[in-house]
Amino acid sequence: MTAQPQIEVRSLDMAYGSFVLMHDLNFTVNKGEIFIIMGGSGCGKSTLMKIMIGLKEPAKGQVLYSGEDFWVADVAGREHMMRRFGILYQSGALWSSMTLAENIALPLEQYTALSPRQIREIVSLKLSLVGLAGFEDYYPSEISGGMRKRAGLARAMALDPDILFFDEPSAGLDPVSARLLDDLIIQLRDSLGATVVVVTHELASIFAIGDNAVFLDPETKTMTARGNPLELLEESGDRKVRAFLTRGEEVW
Amino acid sequence: MSTQPQITIEQLPDKPIVLRLSGAWNIYEKLPSSEEFQKHLEKHTGIQRILFHTENLTAWNSSLLIFLTNIIDICTQNNVSVEKEGLPEGVQRLLDLAAAVPERKGARREKSRIPFLEQIANQSIDAWRSLIDMLNFIGEASAAFLRLLSGKARFRYSDLFRIIQETGAEALPIVSLISILVGIILAFVAAIQLRMFGAQIYVADIVGIGIVRVMGAIMTGIIMAGRTGAAFAAQLGTMQTNEEIDALKTLGISPMEFLVMPRVIALVLMMPLLCLYADFMGMLGGMTVGVVMLDLNPMEYYNETKAAVGLTNLWIGLFHSAVFGVLVSLSGCLRGLQCGRSAQDVGKAATSAVVTGIVGIIVATAIITFACEVLGI
Repeated sequence: MTAQPQIEVRSLDMAYGSFVLMHDLNFTVNKGEIFIIMGGSGCGKSTLMKIMIGLKEPAKGQVLYSGEDFWVADVAGREHMMRRFGILYQSGALWSSMTLAENIALPLEQYTALSPRQIREIVSLKLSLVGLAGFEDYYPSEISGGMRKRAGLARAMALDPDILFFDEPSAGLDPVSARLLDDLIIQLRDSLGATVVVVTHELASIFAIGDNAVFLDPETKTMTARGNPLELLEESGDRKVRAFLTRGEEVW
Repeated sequence: MSTQPQITIEQLPDKPIVLRLSGAWNIYEKLPSSEEFQKHLEKHTGIQRILFHTENLTAWNSSLLIFLTNIIDICTQNNVSVEKEGLPEGVQRLLDLAAAVPERKGARREKSRIPFLEQIANQSIDAWRSLIDMLNFIGEASAAFLRLLSGKARFRYSDLFRIIQETGAEALPIVSLISILVGIILAFVAAIQLRMFGAQIYVADIVGIGIVRVMGAIMTGIIMAGRTGAAFAAQLGTMQTNEEIDALKTLGISPMEFLVMPRVIALVLMMPLLCLYADFMGMLGGMTVGVVMLDLNPMEYYNETKAAVGLTNLWIGLFHSAVFGVLVSLSGCLRGLQCGRSAQDVGKAATSAVVTGIVGIIVATAIITFACEVLGI
C-alpha cells in the first residue's frame, strides 16, 4: 500500500519571542502510522505538538493537514480541522468538575445531533474500549493516574478523530500501565485506522509503537534524524541520536 | 448509491438472519435504530444465529459500534449466536477490545436517594468535624505564634514583606473607593432624616461615629475577606494541589510557621492601617455630601466631627480591624490547607474562605458590640 501523507510539516521555525527554539523542521506523517516526536527534555517536543494542534503559532513555516495549510486557514477552517484531532494531554487534563461520562459526552453534545441515549451509549463504548467500563459516574479525582490517562484517551476519541495526538502518554505511569497504554494505542490505530502522533522520550514506548520518528536536537536547534526508531538505532550515524536511543550507553 | 446509514434484515429459510449494513455510518448523521431488529426477533421465533453483510458499507465509526453493541445485547438476551466474520476487521477488533476488560465488580455506582434525616445527620456530622478542624487549626496557629515570639518559628522575612505589600499598599485603591461610597451613602441616609428637623450638622456626628467606631473596620474586613482571604486560600490550595505543602512537611518545615504565620502577621499589621485610611476616606465622603448637598461649611463639618468622634471610638474601630485581620487570614489559610487536589477544590476553598471570613467578621462584630455595651464604652 502506498503511503498517503496526512500531516506535512514544512520549513517550520518555533520561537518564544526572539528566542528560536527549533528551525527548519521538515517531516511527513502518513495516514495510519504512529509517528514519534522524540528528543531530550526541553528540546521543544511539546511546543511542536502545540503548533501542530493549533495552540501556538509558528514563527515561520507550514503545517498541512491533507494538503490544507492550518495556519493560513481562516478561523472556521481551523476549527473544522481541529475537530479531526483527538488530544491526550500529559496529565489527562480531564475537567475536574465533571464525571468521566460528562467529560466524554461534552464534545458529543457540542458537535453532534445525537440523542442523550446515543451519547450515553457512545460514552459507555469509549470507556469500555479503554478498560474503564462502569466508571461513568466517577470524578477524575477519584481514580488513579493511569485510569485518568485512559479516560483522557476515551475523551480524545469521543468524536472519532482521524488524528490522535499524545503528549508524553507514559509519563508518570508504572511500566505495566505504560505497556498497556502502548498496546491500546496500537490496537486503536489498527482498528480505527487513525494517524497517531506521540510526543515522548520513553524509549520502551518509542520502540514498541513507533513506525516513524523525528529526533529534535536542542544543540543544533533542528531535527537531526528521521525514520523508523529501530532502524535509527541500527543505522544512525548521529552520535546524539545513538546516545539518546541507547540511554547514553553509546556516549557522545 | 445512498450514503445514508441503512440496515436491511433478511430472513433465510434455515433460520439465520442476515443483517445488511450499508452507507456511511458516522456520529454526525441520524442513525438507524435497533428496534426494528428486536421486533423481527420477537416475530420470528426459533432464530439461532445472525450473520452480517457489509459489502455496501462505505464508512464507519463509533455509531456503527454502538448499533452493533445493541444488536449483540439483544441477541444475547434471545440466545441468538452472533457471527461477526462478515463485519470489517477493524469493527471486529474494536468489539473484542470493548469486551476484553469486563466491568470491574462493584465499580458502577447505583443511584440511591439518601433519606432526608440521614442527610441532616450527615451534614451535622460534617459541621461538627469542621468545627473540630477549625479549633485544631486555631490551636496550631496559636502554638506557632508562641514559637514565633520565642524566635523559633521558621519563615522567610522576604515573604512577610511581600505579603505586607500585597495585602496593604495594593489594597488601597479598592479600600478608597468602597470607603468613600459608604461614607456618602451613610451621609445621604442621615441627611434625609435630619434635614426634616434642621439638624443637618449632626450628619457629621453620625458619619464620624458610624465610620470610625465600626463601619470603617467592617468595610475593610469585608473587602479583605473577598480580596486577600480568597487569595490566601487559592495560593495555599494550589500549593496543596501541586504537593508543595507535602514537600515542606517532608523537609521538616511546618506549613503553619512557613506559610500561615507570615500571612496572619501581615494582615494583622495592615488591617488597622487600612482601617484608619478607610475611616479618613469615609469621613471625606460624608463631608462631600455635607458640603455639596447640605450647604455646610467644611470647617463647621470638621469641628463637629472632631467633637463627636472621641479616641475611644477610634480604638474600638482599630480593635475591630485587628480581630478581623486574624479572622480573615486564618480562614483563608485554613481553607487553603484543607483544599483537595483538583482545580474545583481550589475554587471551593476560595469561596469557603470568603464565606467563613465574612461570617467571622459579623459574629465578631456582634460580640465586640455586646462587650462594649456591657463595659459601657
